[in-house]
Amino acid sequence: MKNNKWRLGVPRALFYYYYGPWWETFFQALGAEVVVSPPTCKEIMDLGVSLAVAEACLPVKVYYGHAAWLVPRVDALFVPRLVSVEKKSFICPKLMGLPDMLRAALKPCPLIIDTTVNLARRPEEGLAAAVQGMAGALGIKGSRVDLARAAAEDRYHAWLAKQQGESMATAGCSEEEPASRVYRSFSSPGQESRDALQVGVIGHGYLIFDQFLGMDIPGKVQRLGGKVILTENLTPLQVETACRQLPKLLYWTLGRKIMGAALHLMEQENVAGLIHLTAFGCGPDSLVGDLAERYARRRGKPFLLLTLDEHTGEAGLDTRLEAFMDMLYRRRSA
Amino acid sequence: MKVTFPHMGHLWLILKTALEGIGLEVVVPPPCTRRTLELGVRHAPESACLPLKVNLGNFLEAKELGADTIVMAGGVGPCRIGYYAQVQREILRDIGCEYKMVVFEPPDVHFSEVWDKVKYLNRRPWQEGVRGVILAWQKACAVDSLEQEVQHLRPREAKPGQADAVFQQALGELDAAGSRGEIKKIVKKAKSEMAKIPRHGGGPLLRVGIVGEIYTLLEPLVNLNIERRLGALGVEVVRGLFLSRWINDNLFKGLLPLPGHHPEKTAPPFLNHFVGGHGWESVGDTVTFARHGCDGVIQLAPLTCMPEIVAHSVMPAVQEARGIPVMTIYLDEQTGEAGLQTRLEAFVDMLRWQKGRKAAERRGTYLQQKLFQGAENKCQKFT
Ligand code: SF4
Repeated sequence: MKNNKWRLGVPRALFYYYYGPWWETFFQALGAEVVVSPPTCKEIMDLGVSLAVAEACLPVKVYYGHAAWLVPRVDALFVPRLVSVEKKSFICPKLMGLPDMLRAALKPCPLIIDTTVNLARRPEEGLAAAVQGMAGALGIKGSRVDLARAAAEDRYHAWLAKQQGESMATAGCSEEEPASRVYRSFSSPGQESRDALQVGVIGHGYLIFDQFLGMDIPGKVQRLGGKVILTENLTPLQVETACRQLPKLLYWTLGRKIMGAALHLMEQENVAGLIHLTAFGCGPDSLVGDLAERYARRRGKPFLLLTLDEHTGEAGLDTRLEAFMDMLYRRRSA
Repeated sequence: MKVTFPHMGHLWLILKTALEGIGLEVVVPPPCTRRTLELGVRHAPESACLPLKVNLGNFLEAKELGADTIVMAGGVGPCRIGYYAQVQREILRDIGCEYKMVVFEPPDVHFSEVWDKVKYLNRRPWQEGVRGVILAWQKACAVDSLEQEVQHLRPREAKPGQADAVFQQALGELDAAGSRGEIKKIVKKAKSEMAKIPRHGGGPLLRVGIVGEIYTLLEPLVNLNIERRLGALGVEVVRGLFLSRWINDNLFKGLLPLPGHHPEKTAPPFLNHFVGGHGWESVGDTVTFARHGCDGVIQLAPLTCMPEIVAHSVMPAVQEARGIPVMTIYLDEQTGEAGLQTRLEAFVDMLRWQKGRKAAERRGTYLQQKLFQGAENKCQKFT
């Protein structure tokens, strides 16, 4: 298709929560129209659950739902094959197979742009190849690609910086920042008293920032009077340094974020406790989360594991959260 | 130092030979039983995959026999196996089970890491160690060739279990064998005994390919002896993954001239990228089995196994394009024998029905042609 009016569907799930602004800016700069699926809702989740195999993890099922929602509305879906986004690390195996999984499940299946992103060996070359591939899929080559990439990177870095600096209580993002729109509801004006309990919330971004899927745990913690600290509020250096305590390099990018944040936060005096949000059936989390919990227990830091699946009832979750926060308050006053 | 290792199918026999070859005292973990599994399940993270739990049970049982060092393989992702050792170490530490761990994995910094580990373990002059490793390799090949024979016999023998009995006997002898000549003799003897096993003259057999994650494929405790069950149902089992081949693919990087897996050739367009574990192979082998005229494929995987979930997800496409029925079975500590048996029976019934229908269709067209020809002939007579 030579004309510039590609309608490109980007599912609002999984790594959209990490790279959304990059992707959008890039494709828009190349002249495509980017359609992002709406925030997760019951219909989208149910759609995904009905399409995916039962054993898949919840975030992948939700991804199916978003993709299926987009199918009738776009010319092509953008489902990158994320193998690795940094040196010596991997993303979960399911993301390596995601484009193929979708092709087998979606009927009718639109064109899927499945550029491979593999930065495990030579990050620079891997990234360049991925950028070329993405542009090439739209039939665009040459200097326009470089310009688009520069624009995408600018926006991405600005977004990251903002994310990190943003105190959760004041996050009011402008509408044109799609991926961080999710931050807004964490603000609960007037709630944050000076002696708020600091609580670390760790987990995959696509659980924490997806308000429907993640059941707005950070927001709930805030409404219970806590002050939330997310991985995104720490510097990459803090996270990496903490993670180096492990005897072996943790080779999942997100696992490392979770573990690093957990280790860093459990060493902070003023952090009262940790909440680990995980999805049922998540492979890496079953090990990473267990390790984090073991370390926390050895250090005497309260740790709450919340596992989500499509049947998780909100009421039960709330009760456990309240009990945990109560416990933290009691511990502090004791 | 008394070393132990994870118990996986017949791997123990091979590892034992290799480790004893370099002069170590070896404690083979007791064969996996329900108790092994229960021990592992009690201490492992609930949603970890099954191999980790069984391994942990192996270590705890080996401890009771005096083992103090674990030798195992690691990895660098993307699937979980590469981090097993780390998690297991912390678990063992938390329950006060003292172990030293030597984990072999692709070196992070330098090859000297691997070298140091080998040096740490090695107790004998190099030549002897190498001899031990070669002997282990020969045993692996022997075990695999006998096992293939058993797979062939199981659905054919008049009295189920005879081939397996010979096999078990041979395994014991192989364990004790100390030279290539002995191994050859044992294989020859076992094969000739197997050849004598009376067979029944039943009708055509079904052939079913088995694919999936290596541990669930090779460890009978975990897969509840699925191959024997299928054999008893009159199904000939074929499988692409054997120990010798796996060792060749993974440890010798395919250097030895054995037919290896080539998922990069067979799996696309269904799965176009490796996904860790054996996911890519599962899809590729399914395609190969379809091409070779298997009647169906069974995919085995530990529950929550990520690469196999990917493979499972694309199987409908394979099934449709290649016309081969695929059943996926996830295994975990809750998998019961009765449930598994029912599913197998249903699957086999379905395959049999389908095969019968296909044959009938073929026969049908043949009859039709006959009739048609007859009619034509008659017509010719009239005109
Ligand atoms: S990392 Fe976990 S939650 Fe994310 S896709 Fe993989 S298994 Fe699912």
